[in-house]
Amino acid sequence: MTEAAETPRRVALFATCLVETMRPSVGFATLKLLKSADVEVVIPPGQTCCGQPQFNSGDKQGAKRLAKRVIAEFEPYEAVVVPSGSCAGMIATHYPGLFADEPAWAGRAAALAAKTYELTQFLVDVLGVADVPGRVEGPVAYHDSCSSRREMGVHAQPRKLLAAAGAEVRDVEEPEECCGFGGTFCVKMSDVSGALVDAKAKAAIATGAGTLLAGDMGCLLNIAGRLKRLGSPMTVRHVAEALAGDCETPGIGEAKK
Amino acid sequence: MSAPTRSHFVRDARGALADTKLRAALLNIKTMFRNGRARQVAAVPEFEELRDAGAALKREVIDNLDAYLARFAAEAESRGAKVHFCADAKDARETIAAICREQGAKLVTKGKSMVTEEIGLNPYLVEQGFTPVETDLGEYIIQLRDEPPSHIIAPAVHVKKEQVAETFRAAHAELPPERDLSTHDALLAEARAELRARFLSADVGITGANMLVAETGQMVLVTNEGNGDLTQTLPKCHVIVASIEKLVPSLDDAATVLRLLGRSATGQHASSYTTLSVGTRREGEVDGPETCHVVLVDNGRSAMLGTPFEDMLRCIRCGACINHCPVFVNVGGHAYGAVYVGPMGSVLTPLLRGLESSAELPFACTMCGRCAEVCPMEIPLPDLLRRLRFEAHDHAYTSKTSRLGLAVWTFLGERPKLMRLAARLGGAMMRLPGAGALRRWPLAGAWTAARDLPVPEGGGFVARANAKNGD
Repeated sequence: MTEAAETPRRVALFATCLVETMRPSVGFATLKLLKSADVEVVIPPGQTCCGQPQFNSGDKQGAKRLAKRVIAEFEPYEAVVVPSGSCAGMIATHYPGLFADEPAWAGRAAALAAKTYELTQFLVDVLGVADVPGRVEGPVAYHDSCSSRREMGVHAQPRKLLAAAGAEVRDVEEPEECCGFGGTFCVKMSDVSGALVDAKAKAAIATGAGTLLAGDMGCLLNIAGRLKRLGSPMTVRHVAEALAGDCETPGIGEAKK
Repeated sequence: MSAPTRSHFVRDARGALADTKLRAALLNIKTMFRNGRARQVAAVPEFEELRDAGAALKREVIDNLDAYLARFAAEAESRGAKVHFCADAKDARETIAAICREQGAKLVTKGKSMVTEEIGLNPYLVEQGFTPVETDLGEYIIQLRDEPPSHIIAPAVHVKKEQVAETFRAAHAELPPERDLSTHDALLAEARAELRARFLSADVGITGANMLVAETGQMVLVTNEGNGDLTQTLPKCHVIVASIEKLVPSLDDAATVLRLLGRSATGQHASSYTTLSVGTRREGEVDGPETCHVVLVDNGRSAMLGTPFEDMLRCIRCGACINHCPVFVNVGGHAYGAVYVGPMGSVLTPLLRGLESSAELPFACTMCGRCAEVCPMEIPLPDLLRRLRFEAHDHAYTSKTSRLGLAVWTFLGERPKLMRLAARLGGAMMRLPGAGALRRWPLAGAWTAARDLPVPEGGGFVARANAKNGD
């Protein structure tokens, strides 16, 4: 990934469809984190979904249709920040290849890919953020999503920011193992997905931490759902909420008090 | 056991997940293979450079496969081997059976060979009146159990030691029934004694090959039991069965691949036995076969050349992708309904057997990417699986529900206001019960089978944030 010659000061926020539909708090927390780092944030109003569900489920044409919208919507900005490793990974690592047979779009896709960042990656690697608004008490378990880790190279960044917030971060056992979400995998292969998320939820509980954080809504909904099914009181949040200090909203899967 | 002809992954994975013995056996993969690989890779600081070198040399082979095949055949034949090119499985089976017949063979010993599983050799040899005996311990166990292998390097990884004891008691009926078979050592000793007699009386020995060296005509065979050596040196005739992509240009290249193979496969810096052999016994040599045949199997591989799937031809069958696949370690190999399993199998099976009979396999993957990370040949397995998903979707091998769901999603994705309205309505309904998460919900049965469905927080983000921003 090439970085802009100058630090971007005006960025576009791609909230992702799961944040829009399931957990708007993550979007507001992201906004707060970026603003507190003195970055001007634009939220392109026509944004919806990056096309990853289509891309990973065999529907290349559907993926292209949504990808073209994202490219057109976001290419005017200096950088694109995404509070999700998997949606950022879709744009940054898969868009260029998706348009291998459409040269006119391939160039635009590559340009967008080069300036698209996962949230914690942008804060740490691009902006060099060393402090955050939130304060985190006690130990927290952290789950690295597969796409954050392997597509975006995100591993140290959220830990660095959580340390700045005062958190003691605990890795779950077998941290490299997938939680079993896998997009449409979780419903297409629900038995296998169930076995994977069961192991992940139990590993999260075994950390002894009261809170589980991660940077991807897909994994979070999956693990939170399993924790609830197991009757665990563990609170599950997107890492942006903890870093922004936006923890008034009940955890994922919890009722309003 | 003949090669499975159709996969029913969802159905068979469900059965596998309910099999507690199987799941206990599969834990060995994590403790032995994953941890072993991690230790070995950590001990080789230049491992990434080795991967680059390994992938580069196999690319060179694939780009010039015809030339390397011709060179190998010429070198091997100049050292006494006879090389056969076989277009498909039937051709290969018949060629091998003809060699056995020519030798007047009855008993045929076999080293572990996945390509012979692929071509369905054993059932064919039996049908033709020969008696094939597997000599790799794992293969021997599953041959006695009449099961297909469940892993390309650990074919009986799905079987617990107690089950092996039962199998041996049934198969070795001539031995005292009260004998102790409770330990690994006892099982091993019994298998060794049984197999020793077979090695000594075999007429033909069939092995696979881990590599074929173009510049020398040699084959490289790697085992941990030495059974490959006894199979290839004791009978008067040795038949090597290998798929055409097993070539490496030179002995130096073979050394590069060997450094990657053991570490990636079993977490060994080198396997216990690495044997290089070529052709027939020469003047003054004390062992080796009188005749040697090399059966080169295409069976769909040349059709992969020049396509995005030719990357798969770099595969050295180490099994690292399988051992690190979160799906495989939970369901084991039989759920794949194919000779090749896990990520490499889910790519290879549709290419070799056809996508229609394997359409679920490319979807038996969470796209976690760990397979590509550990592949010593840097094969982009998730990308290849995704390509197969595109093909499955285009041929309508995926479910109507899936295709309809995706079409609706794309339709809404192109209409932001409609998508937000739909989300608002859906969310409002889900909040009606007043719970933070739902135990069941209409059309969400696949999700709620294993986990609760978190209820959307509501309110939406984009429109609200822009309103606040004064946009």
